[in-house]
Order: sequence, then C-alpha cells, then structure tokens
Amino acid sequence: MSSQPVLEVRGLDKSFGPVQVLHDVAFSAHAGEVTALVGDNGAGKSTLVKCLGGIYSIDGGEYLFDGKPVTVNSPREAATLGIEIVYQDLALADNLDIVQNMFLGRERRSGLVLDEATMEEMAAKTLDSLSVRTVKSIRQLVSSLSGGQRQTVAIAKAVLWNSKVVILDEPTAALGVAQTAQVLELVRRLADNGLAVVLISHNMNDVFAVSDRVAALFLGRMAAQVRTADVTHSQIVELITSGRSGELGLQNVNGVTA
Amino acid sequence: MSTTTIQKEPAAPAPSSIGGNVRGYWDRVRGGDMGALPAVLGLVVLCSVFAALRPAFLTSINFANLFTQGAAIAVIAMGLVFVLLIGEIDLSAGYASGVCAAVLANALANMGQPWYVAVLAAILTGAVIGTVLGTLVAKLGIPSFVVTLGAFLGFQGLVLILVNEGTNIAIRDATILAIENKNLPPALGWAFYAVGVAVYAAIQIVRAQRRRGRGLTYDPAAVIAFRVGALALIAGLAVYALNLERSRNALLASLTGVPIVVPIVVVLLVFWTFVLRRTAFGRHIYAVGGNAEAARRAGISVDRIRISAFVICSSMAAVGGIIAASRDNSVDPNTGGSNVLLFAVGAAVIGGTSLFGGKGRVIDAVLGGAVVAVINNGMGLMGYSASVKFIVTGCVLLLAAGVDALSRKRAAASGLR
Repeated sequence: MSSQPVLEVRGLDKSFGPVQVLHDVAFSAHAGEVTALVGDNGAGKSTLVKCLGGIYSIDGGEYLFDGKPVTVNSPREAATLGIEIVYQDLALADNLDIVQNMFLGRERRSGLVLDEATMEEMAAKTLDSLSVRTVKSIRQLVSSLSGGQRQTVAIAKAVLWNSKVVILDEPTAALGVAQTAQVLELVRRLADNGLAVVLISHNMNDVFAVSDRVAALFLGRMAAQVRTADVTHSQIVELITSGRSGELGLQNVNGVTA
Repeated sequence: MSTTTIQKEPAAPAPSSIGGNVRGYWDRVRGGDMGALPAVLGLVVLCSVFAALRPAFLTSINFANLFTQGAAIAVIAMGLVFVLLIGEIDLSAGYASGVCAAVLANALANMGQPWYVAVLAAILTGAVIGTVLGTLVAKLGIPSFVVTLGAFLGFQGLVLILVNEGTNIAIRDATILAIENKNLPPALGWAFYAVGVAVYAAIQIVRAQRRRGRGLTYDPAAVIAFRVGALALIAGLAVYALNLERSRNALLASLTGVPIVVPIVVVLLVFWTFVLRRTAFGRHIYAVGGNAEAARRAGISVDRIRISAFVICSSMAAVGGIIAASRDNSVDPNTGGSNVLLFAVGAAVIGGTSLFGGKGRVIDAVLGGAVVAVINNGMGLMGYSASVKFIVTGCVLLLAAGVDALSRKRAAASGLR
C-alpha cells in the first residue's frame, strides 16, 4: 500500500521519573490500513498512545506526520493534525443526544445560536458514510444506547473532523459477540475509507480479523512490527510474552530488529 | 423538548407523526424521564383541593397574590437550576439575595442613588459573590456544600452589618416598590400576551419550515398548533383573571392588571431558557453536569463553566432579593433568610430538576415555585399555622426528591439517562 506512513515515530523514549517506560520505540501507521498495537499489561501501549495523542510529552526521538517532523504538546495540537483517540471509557455525556455528543466542544453555530440543523445533517452524513444503521434516531439520548452503539458514536465522533489517524483503545473490551462484530466491521470500514487506524487490543481474534499490520510491544520496547498475513497466532503470542519468536523480535536487549 | 427524529432515507422530508410525538412522550415518561409532569399534576391537585375547600382561593385577588408571593422564590430557583445542573448546590443563595437586597437598600436610602444604580450595584454584588464561590469550588476543589454552607453563615453576618445590626431599612423608591405592588394597565397586559404568543408561534413555524427545507424531519402542524394553542389558552386565562377588578371597593381605588413582576419573571424565564437550550454555553453546562470528564476531553473549560454557573445563581439571587425587598417595602436581617433558600431549592427540585446534575430546565423553577406558593397560600387560607405549612412543604420536597431518585432508578433500568 502507501509507502509513506501517515504517522511515524522513531527512537521514542519516555520516562516517568526514574522509570523508563518506552525505550527507543519505532512505530508507524499507514493510511488505509489497520495497525494493531498489542502487548501485555504494562508493556507501554497506553503510554505510547498518550505520547502520540499529545497527552504526554516525549523525552526523545522523532515524531513524523505525513513525513514531516512535528511536535505535539497537547491533545488540541494532535486534533489539529488530524489525530483522534477514542478511549476505552468513551467519554460521552449520557444526558446529551448523539448529535450533541458528536459536536461537544466544537458546536456549529450561526451567530450566537446553535445551528442544530447543520449539526444534524453532518452527523447523519458521517454515520451514513460509516454505514451505521444500528441507531434508531440520532436525537436519541446516549444513555439509551447499548455498549456497541456508544462505541459507534465515539468512533463516529472521531471521524467527523476529517481526521487522518484514529486510535482506538480496546474498542471491543466490554462488548458482546454481536456488538464486537459490528464494531470490528466499523473499524475495517474506517480504514477502507482511507484513514490510518491504530487498534489497541488484547484479543488475538480481533487482531487477526481486521488488522493489516501488527506491532507488538514487550516491556517498553517494540518487539516487532510486521504484516499480519506474515505471522501466525502463536508467533504473536510469543512476541507479546517473550519479546521474540524465532527470527522475529528482540534479539538482544539493546537492539530492535523487525 | 424536541421530539424530532432524523429521516433515515433521503426521501422527501416528512413530518414526524402526531402519534409518534405522543408515543415518544409517553415512552419517556414511562422510562423515568417525567420532566414537568409531577409538578403540573401536583399543581392541578393542590389547586383543586384548595378551591374545593376554600372558595376564596379562586378569587382574582388571591390569584394575583400567588404571583407576588412566589416570584422571589421562583427567580432564586431559576439561578439554582444552573448550579444543580452541574451537579453542585448553593446553600447560600438565600442569604446572598439578602446581602444584595441590603446593598440595594443602602444605595437607595443611605446614599440617595437612583434606582438603576442601586439595582446594578445589587446584581454586581451577586456576580462578585458567585465568582468567589465558584472559584473556591472549581479551582480549590472544596465541595460546594461546604463552601456555600460557610457562605450561608458568613452572609447572615454580612446582612446584619449592612443593615446596621438589625435595623429595618425602608424602601421608598417608587420604581422598586412598583415591581411587586403595581400592575400593568389591562391593555398593556393583553398587548404583552399577544406579542408573546405571536413570537412563540412564529419561532415554532419558522423552525419547522427551515427543517423541512433542509430535508430534516419537522414537527407536524397539529403539534405546533397544540403547543401554541395551549400557551395561548393558559396565558390568556391568566391575563384575563388578572385583569378582573380585584379591589374590595372599586370606586375608591381600582385594582386591576397583571402585576409588574410577572413580565419580569417571564422575560427572565425566556432569556435563561434560550441560554440553556440554544447556545453552546448552555450545552456545555449540561455536558459538565452529565460527564465532566467527557466535557474536559472535548476541550470545554470545565472550571470556567462551573464558575459561571455560580455567578448566574448568585446574580439571580440578587434579582430575587430586589423582588423580595419590593414586596416587603423594606430590608431587614431576615430578608432572604429562614426558609427562602430551602423553598428555592425545593421549587427547583419539585419542578423536575435533578439533584444529581445534568437534568433540568429553567421552567422547572417556575413550576416548582408555583407549587410552593400554592401550598403556602392555600394552607394560609385554610387557617393552618406556619408549623403545619413547614411540615407540608417539607413533605412535598421529600416527595419530589423521591420522585427524582425513583425516576433515575427507573431510567437506569430502562436505559434512559
């Protein structure tokens, strides 16, 4: 696919006080592809994502967006570049409806008054472009939605702003079988629409179902970033648990080979 | 309360059906989102009971009294709605209104300022109070219960200082006194009514036509006609009743017309409803009350919203204090004291504003204020003492809070809110 990644970091280091959480991490996400980010608890997945999203500053390394070096110091700057993160706890206001949530903090207005009609149109268009058919009315309160529908709204909210990179933190963790399938389908569609999707997941089935590439973190180091088609289920598990799998993975503590 | 739904097919825009509107409302009520229903039902029941037991309750003079008795509470409750919406409480709103009334009285009586300067000073005092309270809550993170409890005690003292340790400052300014003691000429009352209904109808029709033009679903004509008709009927009856002669001896002194305080309350109601429902600021208030973390991540300055809710609350308390001063013709250490705050919180909650944040409307304050005023007035007519009135009002408040808590439970079970 596209040769140049939309988002790329090289040699990323991040410490919290004396604890170095990320060592020399390289990671890239390509447009039109789903990149799965896997790793055991404490491997540094969340820290990496928060560095990408501008919530944490990076201590060292390069951050490239569309091939150009950038510095991202706040979630606002990340959003300006077109990077949106959908968190596990979703952060939707239960007492507002779908449209109100999708435009929260970025309301369209004409003069002083909210432009409800335009917002409703844009929200409907976005949900349509994602072929979302599961919600009855976009004027429904979010509190009346199921977990999968909430996830859908949160993802649609991230897509609404012409974003280029969407990072999803465990989007299927709390969902049932049918809802998981719906959300995974949506994730695939995002990539097919030309976005670079980063999917954090613990679930190997999800990873193999939708991802084009897999990046495995092991104790703060990038064990390997490979095409999903080139590896097997057990190889990924080995990368997650021991950082290496035969030729793949970390060959010694200081180097990274992929 | 919009009941519109989006068209799924980009076919020709169609109105949402009347049956769908009714069914949607019924579903919401059954699902625990009762809105103003308990307050309206309560009003109907209370009024019927009092009217049956004491015919004096239905006289036009008593009807006018209800408005002048309930106005200050309703206005303070309107401000409280904002604080309740973000999930906080302001226990000091009552005495804040007392402090502002004392500032007004001092400016009028002791400094000889004109009424508009005095009113401005009172509202400004309210805004400053709100800023201080809001900053303590939002920036320092002290629970609002404690901050405003402290303020409750402090302002009690401040009122005493402002009225020179307990003297009674008389209000003699004609404009301030007119708020609660004078009426609009009947013709002006009708004009105000006609303009209000016409503007409401125009807004509803224009909105439906715009939505139709853009291919969104819109309210059917019958629903709009029902809303406008209901408003025209209820407001028309009220204006008619208030325009009846209510003087004991009409030849001596005629007493007709809508009390001046009524249009003031209506304007405040319309203004704050507009702010809450049609502006980004109002949307953010709901968001902070519903999920502060989501609001923060959406880039909303949660602290700023919190502080402004307290500023609105205390400023409205100031307006309530001015109305109370006008009604009493004076300001004393008890202005805004004793049960004013509890009645105001009670009014907001009885009207349907949730104590848990994120749910409520400005009209709740007015409906709840009406319930409180009717209880006080009717029980007074029945000859009950203050003790019984307190107990009954307390029970009604508990009932309202119980309905709120139960409807939340029910809503959680049915997935609504």
